[in-house]
Amino acid sequence: MSPSSRGILRLVLTLGGAAAWILIYLNLHAFSLWFTYRLLGLAEGRHLSSAVEFFVFEAPKVLLLLAVVVFGVGIVRSFFTPEHTRRLLAGRREAVGNGLASLLGVVTPFCSCSAVPLFIGFVTSGVPLGVTFSFLISAPMVNEVALVLLFGLFGWKVAALYAGTGLLIAFFAGWVIGRLRLERWVEPWVLELTQPREGSADEREPRIIWKDRVRFGLDAVKDIVGRVWPFVLGGIAVGAAIHGYVPQNFMASIMGRSAWWAVPLAVLFGIPMYSNAAGIIPIVQALLGKGAALGTVLAFMMSVIGLSFPEMVILRKVLKVPLLVVFASVVGIGIMIVGYIFNAVL
Amino acid sequence: MEIKILGMGCPNCKELERRVRKVLDEMGVAASVEKATDIKKILEFKIMSTPGLVVDGRVVSSGRLPSPDEIKDWLRGAAA
Repeated sequence: MSPSSRGILRLVLTLGGAAAWILIYLNLHAFSLWFTYRLLGLAEGRHLSSAVEFFVFEAPKVLLLLAVVVFGVGIVRSFFTPEHTRRLLAGRREAVGNGLASLLGVVTPFCSCSAVPLFIGFVTSGVPLGVTFSFLISAPMVNEVALVLLFGLFGWKVAALYAGTGLLIAFFAGWVIGRLRLERWVEPWVLELTQPREGSADEREPRIIWKDRVRFGLDAVKDIVGRVWPFVLGGIAVGAAIHGYVPQNFMASIMGRSAWWAVPLAVLFGIPMYSNAAGIIPIVQALLGKGAALGTVLAFMMSVIGLSFPEMVILRKVLKVPLLVVFASVVGIGIMIVGYIFNAVL
Repeated sequence: MEIKILGMGCPNCKELERRVRKVLDEMGVAASVEKATDIKKILEFKIMSTPGLVVDGRVVSSGRLPSPDEIKDWLRGAAA
C-alpha cells in the first residue's frame, strides 16, 4: 500500500472509530435495559436484575471512558518528554517550582522503574531537591486511570477531589522537603555527577509529527487498557454486587467516620501494599459499599499508589535512609490530613 | 553491530530485549546484545528514562517500548 492511501485508510479508521464510540456510548443505557429485561428476561426490581443492569451499563461505559482518556493523555504526553520537563524546572525557585513540578508530574511520561535516572537527571541539572520530589510524588499519585474510574463509579466530585488533593500533597510535601535542606542525605556520588548535560540527550530529541502523537496515544491505549481491563471489570463486578444486594454496614464500625484512628491505619496499611491504580479500585469500591468513610478510603488508595515500598527500594540507590523516611512521613502526613478533611467535610 | 539495552530490570526492559532478539533473528543479522543494568552505566548514555536502546553507541530510543517495526528500521539502518 502506498503511503498516501495508508494515510487515508488511517483517517477513515479514526473517524469511524470516533463515530462508533459516540454511538455506543449514547446507547449504553438503552442497551443495558434491553439486555437485562428483554434478552435475559429478568424481573424488574430484583437484586439480581439491578446488579446485572449496573454491570452491563457500567463496564462498557468505564472501558470506553478509559480508552478515550488514556488516548488523550497519551497525546498530551507526547508533548512532554522528561528532558523537556527538566528544562522547564531547572533553576526554578521553590513554591513556583513545586507547583509547576506537581502539574508536570501528571503530564510527563513516567514509570517508577525510571525513578532513579530521572532523579539524577533532574538534580544534576539544577532542579532543586524539593521541586524534584514534588514531581516524584505527583507522577504516580495523580493517575489518569484512577481518575477515570473514580469519575465513572463515584462521580466527578470524588474524581476532582482526588486529583486536586493529590496535587496539593505533591506541592506541599515537596516544598517541606525543600525547606528542610536535606541534600546531605542524597548519596554523594549523585551530586558529584553535576555537570552541564546540555547538548546530550536533549539534542537527539527527534522531531515528532502528529501521526506519531496519534500512534503514541494508540500505543498507550493498547498498553494500559490491555493491562488493566481485568481489574476494571473486577471492580465493576464488585460494585454491581454491592449495588444489587443491600450492603451490610460491616466496615462502618472500623473504617467509619467516627473511628479517628482509621485514617492513619489506612495509610500505614497502604504503604507495603503495591498495586496499580486500577487494581485498587475494586477494593475501594468494596470498602465504600460496606460503609467505610470516603476520606479513609481515599487515604488508603493514595497511600497504596503514592507511597510504594518497591519505589523506596529503587530510590535507596540515590537517597540515604533518613531522607526516604522523611519522604514517606511527609507524604503520609499529607495523605492523613486529606483523609481527615474529607471525613469532616463530607 | 553492537546493541545495548539500558534498564534496571523493569518489565519493559525485558520485553525490549525480547523484541530486539526476535527482530535480529528475523533479519538473520549477527550482533552482540548486551544489557546494562548498573545505574552508572546507564547514566553514561545520559538518558532519563528507561528502557533505552543503544545501537552502535547511539541512543535510538528511551523511555518507551518501541514497536518491532521501529526496531527493525534502526537495526537495518545500522547494518547498512
